[in-house]
Amino acid sequence: MITVEDVSHRLGERLALDRVSVDFAEHRIGVIGANGSGKSTFARLLNGLIVPDSGRVTVDGLSTARDGKEVRRKVGFVFTDPDAQIVMPTVAEDVAFGLRRSGLPRAEITRRVSDVLDRFGLGGFDDRPAHLLSGGEKQLLALCSVLVTEPATVVCDEPTTLLDLRNARLIGALLAGLAQRIVLVTHDLAMLASFDRVLVFDDGRLVGDDVPAVAVARYRELMG
Amino acid sequence: MSPAGLYHPGASVLHRLPAGLKLAGLAAGVTGLLLLDQLWWLGAAAVVVAALYAVARVPARLALAQVRPLLWFGAFLLGAQLLLTDWQRALSVVLTLVLSVALAGLVTLTTRVSAMLDVAETLLGPLRRVGVRPDRVGLVLALTIRGVPVIAGIAGTVREAHHARGSVGRPWALLVPVLVRVLRHADALGDALAARGADDEPGSRHGTSSDRP
Repeated sequence: MITVEDVSHRLGERLALDRVSVDFAEHRIGVIGANGSGKSTFARLLNGLIVPDSGRVTVDGLSTARDGKEVRRKVGFVFTDPDAQIVMPTVAEDVAFGLRRSGLPRAEITRRVSDVLDRFGLGGFDDRPAHLLSGGEKQLLALCSVLVTEPATVVCDEPTTLLDLRNARLIGALLAGLAQRIVLVTHDLAMLASFDRVLVFDDGRLVGDDVPAVAVARYRELMG
Repeated sequence: MSPAGLYHPGASVLHRLPAGLKLAGLAAGVTGLLLLDQLWWLGAAAVVVAALYAVARVPARLALAQVRPLLWFGAFLLGAQLLLTDWQRALSVVLTLVLSVALAGLVTLTTRVSAMLDVAETLLGPLRRVGVRPDRVGLVLALTIRGVPVIAGIAGTVREAHHARGSVGRPWALLVPVLVRVLRHADALGDALAARGADDEPGSRHGTSSDRP
């Protein structure tokens, strides 16, 4: 269960989130809204990347402000630009990065890395330089690097925005098939059709929280 | 494409040697090169270095890429040395430099960055007592290596954007946009590292670049 209680947060002078309260235990949560509506700030709250100015965010009872390390073990984060989240020069090394300080034996790390790469179609890419991958492959790598740590929840902030249609569909299908809880911030409304619940943000406020059809209709109404 | 300074996958004896041993060998090799003052000894060393590249099965193109960045500096050094000393001494100085870089390149080509980081963290371990975080130093090294193609990519994108606007021949005009994008990338990378738990230590910070507008 993720709980957001009366959260407000400023980015500089701008009130990015204004007294947002919501909780969810569902498997698939969509987050939509115009640019600057606060949805990315909301997403960053969920694994403690942002600690709110006021209010509280908890993940399975753990406070993101107090228990950030434990929260980040439970909640992985996939960013829009995969180039900004690939840390190591080669594919396998980047996936293994998140496990470097896990205390797992080297053989187990190698096995987990190999498993996740095979599962997401990057088998055989182990020693390939990350900067030579295509945009879609880089986003797959970013996803693998998060999933190898086996988080219970994966927050994705517009993971398909920089991808072509084929790769966007591939990432969408892979996310849909994950066992983890997914919180997906997106402008691609079609991706949300099978989701359990969709949150709509506008000007820092949560203005819609419903099943996809109703929430998307609300969003379209807001957009005029 | 596999630019200088990146791991070249393989299963040769050199690839399989422990990273620590290769780095120790590199240190010994470079020290040995510095002690050689006869050209024919340096010639023999060049044959050994070439043989090591062959053992590692590194393609000739990639081997040359390790020393190509030295071309202009080597020519300058040779010219400067010729003004100061005889041609044999000048040539031996340049050869020593080229062979040292070639050896270092060979270690890089046959060793994964993660293995190098393990060695660096082990070697820096004793410095923990004086507050040094070996894992942080290792991470900085990894990010530096990873940053080279990223920054090159940013510079390429900015250059193309300038060309697309018909702005050519003013390389200094690229400086500010490249710098701004590199700083933005650094911010995003900071967020990614925090999200991946790289910042999770007792007393670690909360709030990231995301806290800035």
